[in-house]
This record gives sequence, C-alpha cells and structure tokens, in this order.
Amino acid sequence: MSIAARLALRREGFSLAVDLEIPGDGVTALFGPSGCGKTTLLRAIAGLEREATGVLRVGDALWQGPGVFLPPHRRPLGYVFQEPSLFAHLNVRRNLEYGRKRLGRSPETSLDAIIALLGIERLLDRRPHQLSGGEQQRVAIARALAVSPEILLLDEPLTALDQARKQEILPYLESLHRELRIPILLVSHSRDEVARLADHLVLMDEGRVTAAGPVNALFSRLDLALAHQPDAESVIEATVAGHDPDWNLSLLDFPGGRFAVASPPLPKGGAVRLQIRARDVSLTLARQRQTSILNIFPATVEALAEEGAAQVTVKLRVGSTPLLSRVTRKSVAQLGLEPGVSVFAQVKSVALLV
Amino acid sequence: MSIEPQDLTALWISLKLAGLTTLVLLLIGTPLAWWLAHSRWRLKFLVEAVVALPLVLPPTVLGFYLLIALGPHGPVGALMVRLGGQPLAFTFAGLVIGSTFYSLPFVVQPLQDAFVALGRRPLEVAATLRASPLDRFFTVAVPAARPGFLTAAVLGFAHTLGEFGVVLMIGGNIPGVTQVASIAIYDHVEALEYSRAHWLSASLLLFSFLLLIAVYGLNRRFRVAQP
Repeated sequence: MSIAARLALRREGFSLAVDLEIPGDGVTALFGPSGCGKTTLLRAIAGLEREATGVLRVGDALWQGPGVFLPPHRRPLGYVFQEPSLFAHLNVRRNLEYGRKRLGRSPETSLDAIIALLGIERLLDRRPHQLSGGEQQRVAIARALAVSPEILLLDEPLTALDQARKQEILPYLESLHRELRIPILLVSHSRDEVARLADHLVLMDEGRVTAAGPVNALFSRLDLALAHQPDAESVIEATVAGHDPDWNLSLLDFPGGRFAVASPPLPKGGAVRLQIRARDVSLTLARQRQTSILNIFPATVEALAEEGAAQVTVKLRVGSTPLLSRVTRKSVAQLGLEPGVSVFAQVKSVALLV
Repeated sequence: MSIEPQDLTALWISLKLAGLTTLVLLLIGTPLAWWLAHSRWRLKFLVEAVVALPLVLPPTVLGFYLLIALGPHGPVGALMVRLGGQPLAFTFAGLVIGSTFYSLPFVVQPLQDAFVALGRRPLEVAATLRASPLDRFFTVAVPAARPGFLTAAVLGFAHTLGEFGVVLMIGGNIPGVTQVASIAIYDHVEALEYSRAHWLSASLLLFSFLLLIAVYGLNRRFRVAQP
C-alpha cells in the first residue's frame, strides 16, 4: 500500500511542490528545518489544505486528482497534531470513541488493545485538563489509532513536550513502529527522533524534496548536510544473535559483521537499531590487538569530505553497510586515506536504540 | 394599588418580542457569526461594519428607515401588500423585524468571538476523526462555544427588552399590539402616573437583573467545568 504524492501548493512567500513515493510499510520521516513545508505536506495528504493541487494515491485509492478531492473525513487515516488537541468537553474514553463511532463499520482493532498499547488504562474517566502533556499526547495517538486507519500521520508529536515527557512517549512510538502493520508518516525536525523511529527518510527544504531513501543511506551521504553536522551519525539495523552471559554482552549481527554491546539479554532474532556517532569511529591501517575496543571491523574507504580546516568525514563501507567516521585532516594524511583504501574501523561507543 | 392589566399586557408584549427576536437572531446570527469567524474573504470587514452599525446608530434613524421600508409604499411593505398581506409597519411582526436588526450585533459578536477563540484546530481534529462538517459543528463547535451562545442569547434578549426608539418609530405604540413596557413607562411619566411607571420600571429592573445573575452564574459554572 504505497503512497504516491504529486502535490503543489502556493502561498504568499511559500510554495510547496513535491513528487514523492512513500513506502507502504514502516515509518517514513519528513525531515527538514522549520518552514520547509513538511507539516504543510502532511496536512495536504490529510486533505486539510484545500488549496493543494495535484494527485494523491494511497494504495489503490485515489484521494486527490483531476476533479477528485476526498474531504478529510472520508480519508481513512489517523492524524496526530503537534498539540494533543483533545476535545475539552469529553472525557478520555469519549475522546477515544469520537471517531470510532463515526466509522460506519466495526473497527478491526479492539479499543482495549490500543488503550493497552499506549498505557492509558487508568486515564479513561478523566477530563483532558486533568492529564499531563505526555498523557494527553498518548491519548491523542490512541484516538487516532482507534479509527483503524490505513495510514497514520504524526505531526511532530513530541515537539510540544519537554525532555522528560519525550522520553515517556518515545517507547510508545517505538512500539507502534513494531506492532502496527500500517505505514506511519512522521514529521520531525529532530535527527535523534528520526534515528530512533524512522526507516525511510524524506529530506525537505523550502517546499521541495531534496532526497529520499532509507535512513542510513541518507545519513551517510556526503552530498547531504546530515553527514556534515558536528554530531553526524550512522544508524545500523541489526538482529540479535545471542548473549554472552559471562560479560553481559549482547551479540548483534549486521550485514558486515557482529557487534558486542553491553546490555541485558535481548530476545534472540529480534531487530535492534544501533546509533554510532561519526566521532566515535576511529581508523587504523592494521588491526589493533591490545585494545579495549571490542567492535573492530574491516572496512573500505568510499569517500572523504573536509569539515573546516582540521577535520574530515570519512564514508566507509563495512560489508554492505555504510558507516561514517570523523577524523582529523592530519590523520588522513598520515594514514594515506583515500577512496579504495582498506582500513579497520574501531567503534568506541554504540547506542542501542530499540 | 397593583399593576394594571394594560401594563401587564405591555410587559407580556415586551417579553414575547424579546423571546421571538432572540430566537430569530440565534437562527440567523449563528451561521453569520460562523461565516465571519472563518471566512477569508477580503471584503469581510464591510459585513462586520454593517453588523455593528446598530451599536452606533441612533435607534430613531434605524427605525425611520425601517418604517419607510416596511410601510405601504416601501419595498417590503409593498411586496407584502402584493402578496395579499398588509404592510408590516405598526404590527407586531414589524417589531420583530426591527428588533432583529437592532439587536443583531449583540448576538453575532459574542458568537463570533466564541468561534474565533475555538480556532480551526478542534474542527480539523474532528475532520480527521471522520466527522462531516455539520457533525463537527454540532458536536465540537457548539459544545465548546456554549458560554458564547448563552451570552449571545441573554444580551440579545435583554437588549430587545430595553428597546425604545426603534419600537416607537415602527410600532406606533398601539396598546395591546405594539405597546411594549419601555414605551408604556414613558407614557405614564408623560401623564404623571408615577406609580404605574414605578411598577413597570421595577419589574423590568428586577427581571433584567435576575437574568444577568443567572447568566454570569451559569457561565462561571461552564468555566469551572471546562477551563
């Protein structure tokens, strides 16, 4: 059920023009600076921007096209706004039932399952103003899921929350990612959010799509700005191969090798996501034997890009997996790094995301 | 001595006029206020100015033009005659029409403020939850704007109750038909019947005061219930 959007919208001082294919599964993040049109695009997909013109096809259904404009209430989607926007005159349960009652068919998902997924069992009889910001946003997500949408649209659902509330919601979003079979479209301007949640990435700037593809492929592309930020990173999908109880290390396989990461046992065969900062990856020409670093992989230098006067971002390939390293210009000269050179990538620190 | 039958009738006509006018105003004013709150039309301010006109216009001016329009030679009056009716000037129906114009801003403005304060967001949320436009109006906008509706209804009612100039111009002060309490009071004072004027005035004063107490009390309860 992929989504094809060729949409345009013109406003004073802003124009949106995108031609985009969005995969029918997983989380796709619309990512870019504020004002780049990502929220407007999401709203246009929901039918909330009447002035948007073009063609929008979701699966087999034409939502918008020549002479066709499905109004928002006829589009089988779920939408979570930046602010929770719960109906103040209804309690939590009746907020959840609002859309469900209007489906005109019996919903496929049970409300109890959604309530459990978001952990809001104890809030059902409360009024919105009696909930914290994080609780309100969880109810808003549950309310959007309660209509059994074919696609879930999330407009920066964490932005209005402080750091502690974000940490409270993130696990719920991650579980949506794992447990829902519908595509999720997430608007975000936080790279960390994207690294945690997204499978696919759509980069936007000034109303245009600048690049689209799998998250790690875009994170490591040297022709895009992401790889040049001070905290540039790689995101690697891995599967749990086992656990070493002697040292309490989880063994995680990826196309290119095996990581050993300190963690309690994880379900074997499960998918995890590893976040590796470019500055935590150092390079050697020979494999170091007497070192405290556990994760060392043979790699090939693919490309280099200078960062200011002293630093260089090196794009490596470990097996089939791209990996970024940030080293000094001096090191590049001393090691004679250039495309095609074989090196060993020493990964000093890995963050386990899921 | 107590209140006399003719004064009771005047009070009754006042209440009937205010009640009917409020009803008509809510029916006309709600869509108008909704449109004013949401329209992006460039010339919307013109309509807003027309709605607000009765706030600044001397009632006699409004009454004068309405008298001409509703009278046998005015466009509305002539139309009524052609349709086999009678001109609306000096009739109760004429009073309702006049009061509707005169009290329009008192109903439209609180409603418009309530709709603007609500914003588009709750309606967009309802739209993504499968609610049709009419459905979202009645299940989201109306409950949220309830204090606005109450204020609008009471202001419209109370303002019509206190009306004088417009009613005098187009109603003609016919006892039992178009003589309302406020005009009856004026007549009594002219005739130096101060005690009858007292009875009517005190009744109106008490009634208006109780009405406002009820509104402010209720609005407070709404706010407590949904801050």
